[in-house]
Amino acid sequence: MNLYTSPALGPSDASVERIDVQPVHSPGKPLYEKRKKIFPKRAEGRFRRFKWLVMLITLGIYYLTPWIRWDRGPFAPDQAVLVDLASRRFYFFFIEIWPQEFFYVAGLLVMAGFGLFLVTSAVGRAWCGYTCPQTVWVDLFLVVERFFEGDRNARIKLDAAPWSLDKLWKRVAKHATWLAIAVATGGAWIFYFADAPSLAFDFVTGQAALVAYSTVAILTATTYVLGGLLREQVCIYMCPWPRIQAAMLDESSLVVTYNDWRGEPRSRHAKKAAAAGQPVGDCVDCNACVAVCPMGIDIREGQQMACITCALCIDACDGVMDKIGKPRGLIAYATLDEYDANMALATSGGTTAIDPAGVRNPDGSFIDKVRHFDWRVIFRLRTLIYFGVWSAVGLGLVFSLLSRDRLEVNVLHDRNPQFVLESDGSIRNGYTIRLLNMIPEPRTIMVSMEGLPEATMKIAGVADVPGRLFAVQVEPDKTLALKVFVTLPKDAVSSEAVDFHFVAEDRPSHEKDSYSAVFNTPGARK
Amino acid sequence: MAEKHIDELSGIETTGHEWDGIRELNNPLPRWWLWTFYACILWSVAYAIAYPSIPLLTDATKGLLGYSSRAELAADLDGAKIAQGGILEKISSSSLEEIVADPQLNQFATAGGAAAFRVNCTPCHGTGGAGGQGYPNLNDNDWLWGGDVNALYQTIAHGIRDPADSETRISEMPAFTDILKPDEVRQVAAYVVSLTGTPRDPAMVEPGKQLFADNCVSCHGEKAEGNRDLGGPSLADAIWLKARGEAEIAKQIQSPKHGVMPAWGARLGDVAVKQLAVYIHSLGGGE
Repeated sequence: MNLYTSPALGPSDASVERIDVQPVHSPGKPLYEKRKKIFPKRAEGRFRRFKWLVMLITLGIYYLTPWIRWDRGPFAPDQAVLVDLASRRFYFFFIEIWPQEFFYVAGLLVMAGFGLFLVTSAVGRAWCGYTCPQTVWVDLFLVVERFFEGDRNARIKLDAAPWSLDKLWKRVAKHATWLAIAVATGGAWIFYFADAPSLAFDFVTGQAALVAYSTVAILTATTYVLGGLLREQVCIYMCPWPRIQAAMLDESSLVVTYNDWRGEPRSRHAKKAAAAGQPVGDCVDCNACVAVCPMGIDIREGQQMACITCALCIDACDGVMDKIGKPRGLIAYATLDEYDANMALATSGGTTAIDPAGVRNPDGSFIDKVRHFDWRVIFRLRTLIYFGVWSAVGLGLVFSLLSRDRLEVNVLHDRNPQFVLESDGSIRNGYTIRLLNMIPEPRTIMVSMEGLPEATMKIAGVADVPGRLFAVQVEPDKTLALKVFVTLPKDAVSSEAVDFHFVAEDRPSHEKDSYSAVFNTPGARK
Repeated sequence: MAEKHIDELSGIETTGHEWDGIRELNNPLPRWWLWTFYACILWSVAYAIAYPSIPLLTDATKGLLGYSSRAELAADLDGAKIAQGGILEKISSSSLEEIVADPQLNQFATAGGAAAFRVNCTPCHGTGGAGGQGYPNLNDNDWLWGGDVNALYQTIAHGIRDPADSETRISEMPAFTDILKPDEVRQVAAYVVSLTGTPRDPAMVEPGKQLFADNCVSCHGEKAEGNRDLGGPSLADAIWLKARGEAEIAKQIQSPKHGVMPAWGARLGDVAVKQLAVYIHSLGGGE
């Protein structure tokens, strides 16, 4: 892939308007300063289009997922994704997770972590720039702002204008729409925790639980405040990720880069300067990259913490380069390695000021030595290790999911007394057995003993007659605790504690689980 | 007040506080902090008006909302009572057999009985009801006065040898010191031990058997199987409440010890005793 291709290479006389804009966030700026408002200009280009697509997909997933239905039969909810806190069940399409299987969620979090390492080491802060909720919602809120107040210049003008009816309605409409989006955002969240259609009805008619209203209220407030009012300050001052990120980038990570080896010396009057024989770079100092930046930075000041790599400056710059007939990619995704190599060419190994002639042929095209992004650097040891761990955890989870039990038995020996001497000299032990029927269908579970051949058992409420095999009805998707008494006749009692197993079996499905137990006697206890 | 001092680097006035040559800048408080502070003051005023707050000599101001933590506790307790009220009434009006047969009542009564047991019964019977020497094990199937729920209820409600309860279960084994000679006591003891399958000298057992038939069968039964109407323990089973071994048995014959269990009916009430009976019945030895 060559990021420096241009559709229309050729001289152009189109003059580029210079935008009057100062970066709001700059590496050298004082630490204590009142916030300066940012009025990002609308960008157009391939990255902007990609961001629209990502926004559509991520918001679509967030808002619509709770409304997807998934038939699980009459004994389980039909919502595809549901966190049922009251019954302690998590449903995800064909997967149902019980609380003790929460490690699947932990595994997903581990995968998310390594996925983030992988993505970051390969393509830099792609999470920040494209998919972070803060970025997506700020983007959405900016669409609303632009709709009511116009693009950058109109907004600056409106902001400076004294209060008038026109300004009032624009501001009210903007904030009202923001609040509506915020309510919808908070509202969508609660639908993940209850049956969406019935909760929506209850919510609107005032019958929903207080926790539903307070959750929506809190998330409405955070969405409105973080997305509408605080915006870039969240990324710069509140979020730890930009700080952690620096540890994950390396020389081969793609980051949004201003290629000053071809841009400098920048000049607003390139033709005059060129005519005067001065070296002239590609940057016409139009400030388009600064004007579109939602973070209010100037990417030409180099990599900086405030840059979320949304790539809108690339779009803005590419537009300008197209206009003046220069190749695209003055601002581009580039690795530090290729940037350093090209910089060395332009500065004769760092000994001189940047000279555009160092990287160009006399006809203006780049010399062959200029390094371009090579997709193969993505496949380096580091990313392969991340990918390896990521996929190993993923495969482990899938394997564990496919081979997990849906029928379990747990046994707890009575602690006090450890055994009971009956009047005929036989010894009795008490156990609490818990059967877990983890499918949404009622089942008849056969409970039996393996080992301890002379013993018989009684199950309170199931059978008063001693035996060794009992059928127990277990409700769908429920557990059932049974009080079981196992009696060993006097002649069979040894002085040793005996190990045996309780076995639970679902005969139709051949599902079987057993649990080791101990029979204690007066001679020995375990 | 000291003279105003302006920090040279920042151009900001200092507070006049100095430590090791370091001065504190008198920066204004952050606005968000200040507004939060003011909001807290307003909140505290409103709170003091709405809730009980200002202490008076014997009482405190009631507050506009009329809130009281005692009233809240009372309401919570009432709520808890209402939540279980139906079941307690059902237990009160149902027979013990009905309670055992109904899964919901059974579960509730077992849990309630377990709680009452831990508070009232564990000092003698142990936390698991396993008892000890002289204190019956409630888990096994050996019952002095009967092990079905109704018999258990009767025992718990009226106690054993409780002088304060007219319906209490009473039985007393006489001391045989004056009736049997020491040799004869040893013979009876040897016979009793032989009943549980331990071989003993026939020269002792045979006269012991005759003595047992003459003196003991009225309470302990012809085969020493016990008599629940009189609370006479079975001497032919594996379980020994008071004595274990020949010497101890002989001692018990000469000067018997008798346990006392207080009557709980008047103290805990009918519903609690019913629940206790159901709980003990569930321990595994219930009949």
